[in-house]
Amino acid sequence: MTPGATSGPASGQPEAGHPEPPRQGSQPEPGCDVPLLRLRGVSKSYGAVQANRGVDLTVMPGSIHAILGENGAGKSTLMKMIYGVEAPDAGQIEWNGAPVALTSPSEAGRLGIGMVFQHFSLFDTLTVLENVALVVPGSPRRLAARIATLGRDYGLQVDATEYVGALSVGERQRVEILRCLMQDPRLLILDEPTAVLPPQMVTRLFSTLRVLRDRGVSILFISHKLDEIRELCDAATVLRDGQVTGHADPRDTDTRSLTRMMIGRDLPPALPAEPGGAEGAVQLQLSQLDWTNPDPYAPDLRGIDLKLRGHEIVGIAGISGNGQSELCALISGETRLPTRAAGAIALRGQSVGAMGAAGRRALGLAYVPEERLGHGAVPEMTLWQNALLTAQSRGLTRRGMVDRRAALRFAQDCIAGFDVRTAGPEAEAGSLSGGNLQKFVVGREIMLAPSVLLVEQPTWGVDVAAAAEIRRRLIEMRNAGCAILVISEELDELFEICDRLHVLHDGRLSPSLVTARTTPEEVGEWMIGAGRPDAAPAGKGGGTGPARPGSSGTNADRPDTARPDSARPAPSHPDRSDPAAEGPGAGAASEGSDHAV
Amino acid sequence: MSPLEFILAGTLAAATPLMLAALGELVVERSGVLNLGVEGMMALGAAVAFIVAYQTGGHGLAFVAGAGAGMAAALVFAVPVLGFRANQVAAGLALGILAGGLSAMVGRPYESLTIRSLPKLDIPVLSDLPYVGGVLTQDIAVWATLAMAVAMAWVFRSTRLGWRIRAVGENPHAARAIGTPVLRLRLACIAFGGALAGMGGAYAATVYTPLWADGMIAGRGWIAVALVVFGTWRTGRVALGAILFGALSIGELVVQATGVRIPSQALAALPYVATIIVLAVISSNRMLTRRHSVASLGEPFDP
Repeated sequence: MTPGATSGPASGQPEAGHPEPPRQGSQPEPGCDVPLLRLRGVSKSYGAVQANRGVDLTVMPGSIHAILGENGAGKSTLMKMIYGVEAPDAGQIEWNGAPVALTSPSEAGRLGIGMVFQHFSLFDTLTVLENVALVVPGSPRRLAARIATLGRDYGLQVDATEYVGALSVGERQRVEILRCLMQDPRLLILDEPTAVLPPQMVTRLFSTLRVLRDRGVSILFISHKLDEIRELCDAATVLRDGQVTGHADPRDTDTRSLTRMMIGRDLPPALPAEPGGAEGAVQLQLSQLDWTNPDPYAPDLRGIDLKLRGHEIVGIAGISGNGQSELCALISGETRLPTRAAGAIALRGQSVGAMGAAGRRALGLAYVPEERLGHGAVPEMTLWQNALLTAQSRGLTRRGMVDRRAALRFAQDCIAGFDVRTAGPEAEAGSLSGGNLQKFVVGREIMLAPSVLLVEQPTWGVDVAAAAEIRRRLIEMRNAGCAILVISEELDELFEICDRLHVLHDGRLSPSLVTARTTPEEVGEWMIGAGRPDAAPAGKGGGTGPARPGSSGTNADRPDTARPDSARPAPSHPDRSDPAAEGPGAGAASEGSDHAV
Repeated sequence: MSPLEFILAGTLAAATPLMLAALGELVVERSGVLNLGVEGMMALGAAVAFIVAYQTGGHGLAFVAGAGAGMAAALVFAVPVLGFRANQVAAGLALGILAGGLSAMVGRPYESLTIRSLPKLDIPVLSDLPYVGGVLTQDIAVWATLAMAVAMAWVFRSTRLGWRIRAVGENPHAARAIGTPVLRLRLACIAFGGALAGMGGAYAATVYTPLWADGMIAGRGWIAVALVVFGTWRTGRVALGAILFGALSIGELVVQATGVRIPSQALAALPYVATIIVLAVISSNRMLTRRHSVASLGEPFDP
């Protein structure tokens, strides 16, 4: 809650890197200012599921207001109602003190509400300029000029003629924010904007948001990351199970009380991730693994070296789309190497590159894929049938026939042992919530007692308590001698459970970094490719790590530094600016980047 | 007239029905809808246009009637597909069979009747040049179709309307989130595509071969669908593919006339086979195909 005096066009200089000085007047001041947006008793349900129940929310002008809550707490539904994508079942929305009916996104846009989606509403096959022009009126030439000016003012530089499909995630986010800003919004909604960014880019985003705030734009910042909210926001509304559980000023509320409001109790203490001590034998080894991707927009894997021993958890960090899913498919056996290259993957001392998934599982590999529904489990099948899918060799079949009783027992043990909340082993996998199904899938793989466990995004979309439980189980497995490879986008999680880290960027794997001796910043450098061997001499097996390029750190926060963002999902494709490749025939038939209208 | 001159002169006219239908289907597919009923819409447009031309003698009116018939058939397809999110492949096939049967029914009294064609326009001096002259002496509908292809390329490349259609085809959910009326836009594209298919039929039945016979569309609608896919959804390639097919189908007549001892059925199949092979080779570049392909093609949109 900010008095009107500090809003409006202020100095415009972002104070990046410094915590905001506490701004005066954080108490509500009745009569001083009309709230920009006010929700009263807003409810929304989808069938039997009540997504929001009697939500009250007040956003003052010139404020960065956090909406805090776990996955599934109803944050996204609430934002959809504010942005006019969904209509509330009950309750009232007021804009500048007057009730409004937000029936469509364009109506919300007219009022001055802009939204940056978590899954961006951008179009890969259109250029930046064309994406902007879809919602912003004006001649393309004028739009291009505005993109450049706004980009300079707010640290959101992008090449307007580039196809969005060729941009990195960070650049895409900039395009989304730019597109919102060009409509002169009074309120900007950002849905989990930092989920997709490496740490350096988060700092840069925050300085952009502070400039916006200083110029009088209110921001609704949706997140479940408490540190970020305490750093950036001056007000917070906490949601749990669709209901408001508290309003707070995050600058003077400690993390623990925010956590309580968010999950209803204290966070279970993290298991201390003391190194496994015993140095196990090498269980999984990748040596100079090369793989050419059939998908032209996804990276090839090049020269990947990795050693995974028993008694350790190794994490692979990186922004998704840099080769993670390809690497998992190669390790699990879902993608096979040609026989002559089979030696690049060794499982427990055996060359398995050309072996199928079943053969590798028989050797002691277990795998928890990223997609729970359709990959980790079949949604239409019951839990015991899903248990059968990977555990059938553990006595669940007899002479080729399913031993139903044994399968039921296995599933029941998994449900009990991993605290899966469900009606029982006869429940369909698709009827479980994300977190519970994840616990079941992880539990099923752990019950196979593998010697190598490959886990992709172990806690993606899982509530805090279940996530902590899954991490605890992984550490237990490690202590029992299992070799665990975790691929995750959540850097905090990797730092919590891993003994060593690698970073995957553009299909190349960084050298090994010992978790205890590295920092998120160093890992972040590798995530955006700044620490590549060709940019700096590589560290030896961890510890020392890569040299940091001089342009990092504080400079990255300054909006006027045109720092190329090299974290492209698919950078090495020559076609994207090649007009000659755009097709034969009449000039008019080729779809180049000349936008004369 | 030498065989080459004959081929050059006849190519554009032979390509026009196909080009019209393919351009129409291109617009439909770019918006994310797959309408496989092109063959039927062309046949219905051909029959209706022929009847109108026979009764009134006016080609302009015939084209309007053909377009109207094609559009009406397309709207029959749009109702289940957009309104009830029906499977587009099934609905398109059903439409094709329905419209084809309807064309045979309404055209029966006119079977094998003929009308006069559209005059070829002489361009002073140029039309008298060898080789080039034949290419440049075409009827008004051919020129209008070529102009349409150029205009359509321009629309997709540099107008908001074109960008909006491409956006809806790539990701209708995101398009809706930024305020694009997805279903209305798709409805307009389906109607436009039906109108062009009907006009393609109208050209075939009132200008190219000015007579009505059941089955006279002879697979052109299917080739139009194939052209759009193999032309990787790009206007220029789709138009060129149509011209290639036109040249081959004229060339086939020339070869038959010279009395080469190849079974005529094999020759008749040649344009279809060759067009598909050429376009398949061209479209083998994965990267370009992916850049231009329509991500949501064939998927019902549930807002």
